[in-house]
Amino acid sequence: MATLIQSGPAEHEVSLSGPGAQTTGSPAERFTSREPEAFEVPSSRDEVWRFSPVDRLRPFFEVFEPDGVIQADNTVPDGAHVDVVEPSSTAAFGRALEPADRVSALAMANATRGLHVRVDANAELSEPIVLVRKGISGRSYGHHVVEVGANARATLVLDHVGEIQIAANMEIVVGEGAQLSIVAINDCEPGSIQLSSYAAMVGRDATYRHINVSLGGDIVRIVPTVRFSGRGGRAELLGLSFAGPGQHFETRLFVDHGEPDCSSDVLYKNALEGENARTVWIGDVRIRPEATGTQTFELNRNLVLTDGARTDSVPNLEIETGEILRAGHASASGRFDDLQLFYLQSRGIPADEARRLVVRGFFAEVVNRIGVPQVQDRLLAAIEDELMRAGT
Amino acid sequence: MSTLQVRDLRVSVEDTEILKGVDLTVSSGETHALMGPNGSGKSTLAYSIAGHPKYTVTGGTVTLDGEDVLSMKIDERARAGLFLAMQYPVEVPGVSTSNFLRTAVTAIRGEAPKLRTWVKDVNAAMAELDIESSFSERGVNEGFSGGEKKRYEILQLALLKPKIAILDETDSGLDVDALRTVSRGVNSARESTDLGVLLITHYPRILQYIRPDVVHVFYHGRIVETGGAELADRIEAEGYVRFGEPKEAVS
Ligand SMILES: Nc1ncnc2c1ncn2[C@@H]1O[C@H](COP(=O)(O)OP(=O)(O)OP(=O)(O)O)[C@@H](O)[C@H]1O
Ligand SMILES: [Mg+2]
Repeated sequence: MATLIQSGPAEHEVSLSGPGAQTTGSPAERFTSREPEAFEVPSSRDEVWRFSPVDRLRPFFEVFEPDGVIQADNTVPDGAHVDVVEPSSTAAFGRALEPADRVSALAMANATRGLHVRVDANAELSEPIVLVRKGISGRSYGHHVVEVGANARATLVLDHVGEIQIAANMEIVVGEGAQLSIVAINDCEPGSIQLSSYAAMVGRDATYRHINVSLGGDIVRIVPTVRFSGRGGRAELLGLSFAGPGQHFETRLFVDHGEPDCSSDVLYKNALEGENARTVWIGDVRIRPEATGTQTFELNRNLVLTDGARTDSVPNLEIETGEILRAGHASASGRFDDLQLFYLQSRGIPADEARRLVVRGFFAEVVNRIGVPQVQDRLLAAIEDELMRAGT
Repeated sequence: MSTLQVRDLRVSVEDTEILKGVDLTVSSGETHALMGPNGSGKSTLAYSIAGHPKYTVTGGTVTLDGEDVLSMKIDERARAGLFLAMQYPVEVPGVSTSNFLRTAVTAIRGEAPKLRTWVKDVNAAMAELDIESSFSERGVNEGFSGGEKKRYEILQLALLKPKIAILDETDSGLDVDALRTVSRGVNSARESTDLGVLLITHYPRILQYIRPDVVHVFYHGRIVETGGAELADRIEAEGYVRFGEPKEAVS
């Protein structure tokens, strides 16, 4: 068995900041536990938290009495069911999620209510399940369980708006041959903090797509993980964020290939504009010895529109078998390409409009892959708003 | 009737003087060929007129119908009627060619073209240049072959209808058929809009399709000789040796 550890950007255009090239320091074996006290109180010395604004997250590091008020609006097409349950009462509780940090473990232990989303086996939903969550006040825990039956096809849109302070988990069990797309839109008001783990267990020959969009809120830190429970599974993780002044958008993803013939495809694009706009992207992919025939590729691109913004990007690929089909990663962070702007301007397009075209073009690759028309239209409009607000 | 006038233009790149006093006048309906060895500064002249930020003008003037071009922003120069078909067109990923063309023509005309006629015009111009309609959905120059990029430059020329166009080695990298197609595109712009052309090239062949009124020899940062079409053939036969020592020997 060949062991090969590859860390750091394979293709790195500009390193604006961040840890330089080499490694996340993420151990191949990541520590997980349901017991919150098994994790130390996070500090900036903690590998998992070192890019996060821990001081502003402190209220989430100890047990709190949830007082959050969140308005829910659910659209549930035939073939799908959404119930409010005590999370631990569902059979699937803990099937997909192994908390990888203290906040996630606290949410798992303390969320007394959560959604149980089920899609019947063989169902083909005619329209997406849409769960709108509008935060009114207070701080909450969440723990939701999503189960998609064998060979079903479903799209789940999670739309977060209003003022939200939440530590939440979503466990997702995708049945054999099923296809599930989850689109999580984080577009909350200033002052909002979302700390969310999305843990998927992808069945044999199933397809799981997770699309994260972060536009609003002070801090959005998401931890998407994917594991496979049978051969032939596919995972596609897409992300798009536009961080404005003072916003911190962080993604720490982990794809754990432990079954043969599975694939993962990761594409995250972030744009940053304004003082202390911040994005963090950590992309850990592990290919275990059993995961022969794996194909994986991950790409993160960050477009820094102004001074005073900071982006970190750390892809990390650990390959423990020689028998894979393809494994690659790339990361690039940079400013506007002057040549592109010159080209557009030389055709009469004013500088600010040229910049907007380039930003839209930058995001187009992700937007076009979302595959949910109403979400795509909304995103294009939101990007437009951000651009107008930024006055780029 | 428009006139682009370049007087004693001096341009530096990173403190190296590349253009050493260029004088050139191109008017509507005229076609000027500009030939010169690699590195003599032809693209520098083209980019400087278009306003590329890498080039620093250290002396001289450029005017279009008396207006000071050098004080205009890049996009203002294009809106004033200048166009540069670039030697190396730039890829702009994710920006669809159709959106780009429409945005550009809207900027140049000052109003959005009527949708119905616009689509017709674009399709006709694309057909004339043998550009497949599927290109509309692709990103600007994204993954285009070298020859496709050149054709796409001329498509923009046809749609933007400038007064004066600089074509920087548009013929390089074109196959024989594409060379004819592209030349036809340039000639139809010359006829329909009385376009003035500055055609930078290394090869006399394109001059058989696009007949120049004058040929200039560019050497070491300035125009050293001006003549008729026959000058191109003489260069083809003799090279540039008679204009001086090889460039390397000049300090
Ligand atoms: N950043 C730079 N620093 C120094 N010299 C430069 C720089 N950029 C360009 N040059 C030089 O300027 C000179 C003129 O280049 P230019 O591209 O204008 O030549 P050209 O006549 O168009 O050549 P070709 O026929 O090969 O296209 C070249 O010697 C080139 O190396
Ligand atoms: Mg050149």
